[in-house]
Amino acid sequence: MSSTQISTSLAVSENGFLFLPTTGETFTVNETGRFILRRLQEGREQQEIISSLIDEFDVEPVDAQRDVLDFIGQLRQYHLTDTQ
Amino acid sequence: MDKKKYERPVILKQQSGLMNKFGSATSTQPMTDIEGVPVAELAAAYGSPLFVLSEKKMRDTQQQCQRIFRSRYPKVQFAWSYKTNYMNAVCSIFHSEGSWAEVVSEFEFDRARHLGVRGEHIIFNGPAKSAAALEKAVRAHSKIHIDHFDELYELIEITTSLGLKADVAIRVNVDVGIYPKWDRFGFNYENGEAREALKRIAASKTLRIVGLHMHIGTYIMSTEPFRVAVSKLVALANWLKQQLAIDLDYIDVGGGLPSHNTLKGQYLQADETLPALEQFADAITAPLFELESHGDAMPTLILESGRALVDGAGYLISTVLAVKRLSDGKRAYVIDAGINLLFTSLWYKHKMVPAQPTGVMREQANIYGPLCMNIDCIQEDASVPALKKGDRVVLMNVGAYTMTQWMQFITFRPAIVLITADGSPHVIRKAESLEYVMSLEEIPPSLRSLSA
Repeated sequence: MSSTQISTSLAVSENGFLFLPTTGETFTVNETGRFILRRLQEGREQQEIISSLIDEFDVEPVDAQRDVLDFIGQLRQYHLTDTQ
Repeated sequence: MDKKKYERPVILKQQSGLMNKFGSATSTQPMTDIEGVPVAELAAAYGSPLFVLSEKKMRDTQQQCQRIFRSRYPKVQFAWSYKTNYMNAVCSIFHSEGSWAEVVSEFEFDRARHLGVRGEHIIFNGPAKSAAALEKAVRAHSKIHIDHFDELYELIEITTSLGLKADVAIRVNVDVGIYPKWDRFGFNYENGEAREALKRIAASKTLRIVGLHMHIGTYIMSTEPFRVAVSKLVALANWLKQQLAIDLDYIDVGGGLPSHNTLKGQYLQADETLPALEQFADAITAPLFELESHGDAMPTLILESGRALVDGAGYLISTVLAVKRLSDGKRAYVIDAGINLLFTSLWYKHKMVPAQPTGVMREQANIYGPLCMNIDCIQEDASVPALKKGDRVVLMNVGAYTMTQWMQFITFRPAIVLITADGSPHVIRKAESLEYVMSLEEIPPSLRSLSA
């Protein structure tokens, strides 16, 4: 699986508020979204993130995999990532 | 260590400049049961999708309406609008609350008779009554509401040949200043057509004018059109009294009262903008006191409400089949109930709530039905919490014009369950099967040996 690089200028607050200074856009994420986003910022691989999500939350592996890919797709849609 | 409760990851882009200053509240409360019966149990026992009706809600709404109108006018009679929902169990509930039957076809007339409704308690409306249907209605002493001159002359012919008399009213269409003007039904008030029709009936030997009927539209969102329409009907009734010395038994103001559904294109929620039922009742009953003396008593006020009485008693349980993203990243859901079951979703934004607890973040999402048709969209831009495949949802206010206008298209029509007053579920219409659907079909002999 590829790793996903989050835009370096994206600011993420502790309560899930996102600010992209280059465009002025703001976003909100829920707890699981914040969990994934943090790990993407740390440069973790997608599979590693899926595993840690399964460890931390009460979620089936198949749901975790689908949801992480969907969430990254949404980050891409909002131009918050650069896929390597 | 217990794991944390999982909610699908959600990211929402914040929009500026689009704030709703009226701030309609959005609830994240799930609807886990209907009248005390768990949604999960209903779906497990009877399948999904599933229509569920509440007897209690129907009775409560009907009784509330009766109280509101009877506290404003001494003689009120409701006539259940069969076309709104003619399931036998539903009609039986409204008849047991004292409602007559209001039918618009021979099919509905026969249904009412099958349920044991007395002929004189059937109001026969509609623009397309066959000769056979008219004869049935005459023989049953039903109240026939004449829609046009051809029907009027046909009815004179039928009653004359049968040697019977018929109690009739005419449907009157009036300009009440709203669009669309429903002048395709009945005789026009403003151009004098209604008076001509009444004169012709009065001159016949077999027809007796017992009432005047109107129905100005559907889902009328303000009270003034009703006040204007009833005022015109009262003026016509007074003319009848003065010119033809006819006392009316009733004034039938039809239906058209709105339900709690919000229309597409309506910015605010229906409950925040629509007048209260009491205000509609004021507008309808106040002009009736301008009626000149009609015999010993005032004419009865007949109401043919359907939507306002049953819509809120209907629920549609559905299941999320797929969670998708559209090309622009927008969330979309495919659920197992489409416009084949919710024809009404073409004009209503049916409220959809999850049937199990969810997170609090809500996304804008399109809700699509299961049909392989682009038009099968239950709602665009619905605000819904994160749902996943297999989740149940409940669509609200679906009791009117769904179970009568549904389509059998590429799949079966589902079961309808009534939660009776004692809280127990009963199937009042079984789910269709392949055998049932194909039982009406025939294959010509020349095609029977063909196989793929």
